[in-house]
Amino acid sequence: MPITITMPALSPTMTEGTLANWQAKEGDSISSGDVLAEIETDKATMEVEAIDEGTLAKILIEGGTENVAVNTPIAVMLEDGEDASALDGFDVGGGAAPAASAPAAEEAAPIASAPTAAPTPAPAAPTVSGTRIFSSPLARRIAANAGLDLASIPGTGPRGRIVKADVEKAIASGGASAPAAVATPAAAPTPAAVTPPAAGDYMEIPLTSMRKTIARRLSEAKQTIPHFYLTVECELDNLLAMRKELNGRSDSYKISVNDFIIRASALALKQLPEANASWGGDKILQYKDIDISVAVAIEGGLITPVVRNADQKGLAGISNEMKELAGKAKDGKLMPEEYQGGCFSISNLGMFGIKEFSAVINPPQAAILAVGAGEPRPVVKDGALGMATVMSVTLSCDHRVIDGAMGAILLKHFKGYIQEPLTMML
Amino acid sequence: MMSDTNFDIVVVGSGPGGYVAAIRAAQLGMKAAVIEREHIGGICLNWGCIPTKALLRTADIFSLINHADQFGITVQGASVDLQKVVARSRQVAGQLSGGVQHLLKKNKVTVIDGHGKLAGSGKIEISKDGKVTSTVNAKHIILATGARARILPGMEPDGKLIWTYKEALVPDTMPKKLLVVGSGAIGIEFASFFNALGSDVTVVEVMDRVLPVEDAEISGMAEKSFKKLGMTIHKGTNVTDLKKSANNVTATFTDKKGKTSTDTFDRVILAVGIVGNVENIGLEGTKIKVDRTHVEVDEYSRTGEPGVYAIGDLTGPPWLAHKASHEGVICVEKIAGEKDVHPLNTANIPGCTYCHPQVASVGMTEEAAKKAGYDIKVGRFPFLGNGKAIALGEPEGLIKTIFDAKTGEMLGAHMIGAEVTELIQGYGIAKTLETTEIDLMHAVFPHPTLSEMMHESVLDAYGKAIHF
Repeated sequence: MPITITMPALSPTMTEGTLANWQAKEGDSISSGDVLAEIETDKATMEVEAIDEGTLAKILIEGGTENVAVNTPIAVMLEDGEDASALDGFDVGGGAAPAASAPAAEEAAPIASAPTAAPTPAPAAPTVSGTRIFSSPLARRIAANAGLDLASIPGTGPRGRIVKADVEKAIASGGASAPAAVATPAAAPTPAAVTPPAAGDYMEIPLTSMRKTIARRLSEAKQTIPHFYLTVECELDNLLAMRKELNGRSDSYKISVNDFIIRASALALKQLPEANASWGGDKILQYKDIDISVAVAIEGGLITPVVRNADQKGLAGISNEMKELAGKAKDGKLMPEEYQGGCFSISNLGMFGIKEFSAVINPPQAAILAVGAGEPRPVVKDGALGMATVMSVTLSCDHRVIDGAMGAILLKHFKGYIQEPLTMML
Repeated sequence: MMSDTNFDIVVVGSGPGGYVAAIRAAQLGMKAAVIEREHIGGICLNWGCIPTKALLRTADIFSLINHADQFGITVQGASVDLQKVVARSRQVAGQLSGGVQHLLKKNKVTVIDGHGKLAGSGKIEISKDGKVTSTVNAKHIILATGARARILPGMEPDGKLIWTYKEALVPDTMPKKLLVVGSGAIGIEFASFFNALGSDVTVVEVMDRVLPVEDAEISGMAEKSFKKLGMTIHKGTNVTDLKKSANNVTATFTDKKGKTSTDTFDRVILAVGIVGNVENIGLEGTKIKVDRTHVEVDEYSRTGEPGVYAIGDLTGPPWLAHKASHEGVICVEKIAGEKDVHPLNTANIPGCTYCHPQVASVGMTEEAAKKAGYDIKVGRFPFLGNGKAIALGEPEGLIKTIFDAKTGEMLGAHMIGAEVTELIQGYGIAKTLETTEIDLMHAVFPHPTLSEMMHESVLDAYGKAIHF
């Protein structure tokens, strides 16, 4: 399929720029890393490098065009072996995922990224998903034999190339190196390729870079983070009543239960700052800000936009911000700064009727709250059986940072805010 | 005599390790000097690699002329003028030594004539004819003093009847009957040369095969070829006595079973290994460690003494010019703080012997690979199956490849036959890039070339050879 090249965001704040000139011409054969065009922003002129290989088929925006919005398709490339007929009926706008070929966004894996407040240890290896990992054929073979992911192995060869010795070292140290100084778990290599079912039983779906990132990061999370889970039930009736009243007052906002959950989580973390932290290998990194990541399902995967300083924002503010972020997420228009960072995650599957579930921690965070559906359930009140709207939430904790009691206290605070939502107004 | 006595780097010895290190240092902006007591270019250019290749070229041409009839050419009365042969060899050495002098000058490397010796921290004393002429200061000192022929007690060369490589390079006479003691690269090259030019050559080797560092299969093929060309080979045999008379030497051989025999020769060439030149270079009283005759260094050629480095033959095997040059470059780049400097991997250093037939190899022998515990795949392809080899009239030879069955790593490659010394670097690149058998199978080798055998040998290791 032809590849759409879009106007990249060269900085987190860039929304548009000038396409200064094209370095490549239509018909040029393009290799990964070739400079395609130069983009001017208010700050600098930068080069747009090709990520994919192929032929530059059509330039959609001529050099010298000003005010080209980020993510606007600027050119179309044909993959090797395709001819121009592949362009027939190809919708340049349609298929273009935001990160498809923009250098800046490319670095940003969907759920990825360390909180901006925390000094993330730089990985020594070329670990950016989607870019070529330089490695020797022998290193690749040995890694594949051992079921190791090359992306997790630091390269020491010429220009950081991963060589045999690097892979052997990784094997000797019990598997692929986890990020930073995180203790490596006992060797639990993932199989390089799962044996497929008999021919004809399946179709092969190539991995998108988002899928690769999800696979890599969540495998890493489950394999390296000692998870434990705490579940608590929260009665929602007060909250629902308050929500109804608030939403009745104005049309300028429509607060969801989830917005309450975001604010309650932020306030609980504010009350227990020790839990607003990450494992830093040889230290714990406690965050100064309370930035809440909220998982949003999008086509082909999920992404976690971040509500920054959620403890300092009102419900209406949170609600409106979340709507905007979710909308951008679904349109693939989130900027890296909008989904990178975050101290704590919320994953809500209540709308699907899920009663309760356990979520995988989004590294380098130390906790994620899995939110189930609010539903009428029998409850015992003052010795009598009654009905209440009840929501189960499960907190997954990184035991290296959050111990059982700390997690329980965090949930207790959270439950307090949910069940007595007026306290959220304080 | 010298305008300046302070340098960033001073290299002691201008062989292929030393002069290359000095040039690289100068390229990186360091003020560099090289101290040489004899000939710029060292043994390699003047008394080793290069002049022997010049002699062996004569041997090859003479052999071809002797077989000219096979190629449809009638030649009569071809003969060898030894003086001219030697003169050409010296001219070649002289030309290249001059070339290196020019390179040093071009790169603004100061050349200091004399014998260099460490004289305290950062100081080198230079002497000429036993007299101290000057002292220079250097932030970094690289010892590249090389090595010399090993002398066995009781068999000291006299330069007349008993030669080392040096006399053998400038023979005043063509020995009718020649004894070569030692069948390593040096011994066997001289044996090949004199044999081709008509000497009756006997080679004695203490080990159980000729070219003992090579793969046993290659050694076996080499021995057959040498014998076919008229050499006498005594394996597993010691020379226990050399008795000199006025014009000849009677050698006593003792084999493994203790059986002795004697034979008389016009000349004897001693080629029983080399020893590092560690004497009289001021190592005493420093933290530099010497293991037998070799200076101990780390992977970046650093000795135990801060600021002092050692490269090349002085640091031990493999005794190869290209190893010395590479060490020199790595050492200097490390000193200069260059990025992306990596230690030399000796498993990827090819070795070449220019006897007839030629022998070349890189990496592990089959025996070594098995001993190291590898489950191996071995490929072989004979010259007999190669079109170019047949056209050249060189049907004798073999290319052998050894792979790790588990990973496809090329563990070693071993070649014997025409021009293999020019082929081996292909596998050197493959090994350095850490290719597997797949990459070598996918590589396209041009037809018709001898190099096609390299492809076929790899294919054969995996049961896919086409032409044999």
